[in-house]
Amino acid sequence: MTTFSRRLRRLAALATLSMMCVAGAAVLPDDRADMFYSSYRGGGMDIAGESVLVRKKFSEQFSLEGNYFIDKVSGASIDVLSQASVIKDERKQKSLSVDYIHDKTQYNLSYTNSTERDYISNTTHFSLSQDMFGDLTTVSLGFTDSRDKVGENNGTALKPVVSWLGHAESRSYEGGLSQVITKNLIASATLEVITDQGLLSNPYRSIRYLDAVPLGYSLGTQIYPNTHTSSAVEARAKYYLPYRAAASVSYRYFSDTWGIRANTIELGYIQPVSNKFIFEGRLRHYSQNHATFYSDLFDFANQQNFEARDQNLAASTNNTVDAKVTWAFAPEGFLVFKRATASFDVSRIQFKYSDFRNIKFYNDTPAGGGYAAGTEPLYAFDAMVYQVYLSMFF
Amino acid sequence: MEVSVRTAAALAAIGLGLLLGACSSIQPWVKPYERDRLADPIMSWDRDAISGAYVDHVYESREGSRGATGAAGGGCGCN
Repeated sequence: MTTFSRRLRRLAALATLSMMCVAGAAVLPDDRADMFYSSYRGGGMDIAGESVLVRKKFSEQFSLEGNYFIDKVSGASIDVLSQASVIKDERKQKSLSVDYIHDKTQYNLSYTNSTERDYISNTTHFSLSQDMFGDLTTVSLGFTDSRDKVGENNGTALKPVVSWLGHAESRSYEGGLSQVITKNLIASATLEVITDQGLLSNPYRSIRYLDAVPLGYSLGTQIYPNTHTSSAVEARAKYYLPYRAAASVSYRYFSDTWGIRANTIELGYIQPVSNKFIFEGRLRHYSQNHATFYSDLFDFANQQNFEARDQNLAASTNNTVDAKVTWAFAPEGFLVFKRATASFDVSRIQFKYSDFRNIKFYNDTPAGGGYAAGTEPLYAFDAMVYQVYLSMFF
Repeated sequence: MEVSVRTAAALAAIGLGLLLGACSSIQPWVKPYERDRLADPIMSWDRDAISGAYVDHVYESREGSRGATGAAGGGCGCN
């Protein structure tokens, strides 16, 4: 699971910082309980996620949040298929978060543990936000520290044999500014710098290089730098339209010490209908170049000191179309709940790679009618993402 | 050199004073009673933390970039 799980823990830790930016620091968010189900299907992967979140205020100053997440992975992505193995795995994540408000400052401390059979991570997060200038401005600062233990399953999906390969550490520094521009317009900017060190490559992905074998190439072990630093800055704005609806736009620029530069732009629209429904639409475009040490096919073994063929480091674009509806099925509340909603969200994401080729048919040699090494079709796939969840506010 | 350092320090002090003075005189140009639209839930950046986290994770698991999304994690898409 490697780098992706590491990212997940950092993201989970940043959840509260985001909520603080949204809600303003002077008031704690509503008490709520959520039951969440998700499904991702695409690129040979089938991932089902289930989550429960409970948030409860114990005074006007203190609140606690607990979250349990479990996802089950089956299938395998293209590069895993090329090595003729199939994945079946499960990850469990537990987190506990406490918020404290004093005057116009909100503090958050959270701890997250994530465990899967070949990856263990512990993450601590601290953040604060401060309202100022008549509560028109909110400044946020956050710090996240993750300590990970990285392993590899050398057995099978049903009979795992895990060997622990090493450790990785990650630290994230984030600053944010949210600003009320007019009575209809709000904007924010976020800067995040992340540094990693340790074992940063995905042991389940391999390089390939030209070789005098029937297939035309052989596979080898990826070698990554053991340090990585990235910077990302995002600016976004949301405007309340003359009728009750809102439009939003965001742009993010990313760069890192591995040579990747990426751009993300997103447009959103949200339209309530009566007090029962909220309809939302979202368009997103993303593009990146490849890392300096990435190649789909190296000329020979050990061509470089660092070598990668992880599709995440390849030049790529993806486009998303998303639709969501939220139904307030109990707007007046029931039992102990003030109100309750049900949400359904569906996304279609099209991924296209510019220099990552489809070697799925690993056993088709050029002599047997297969592609010559380096001439395979470029890889592309579509993914469908579904989310269904109940939210109860009390 | 000493004069220039003193001059720079004095200018810095004056600049800081002006900056703080300007900050203290800033008046909220959107009054509290004008913020009903901004307080509407549809103006929230991320109404549902779990969902926002999950969507961000779907992307971060498949892209080379990360960070500054201001949202939380969820789901997996690792191998």
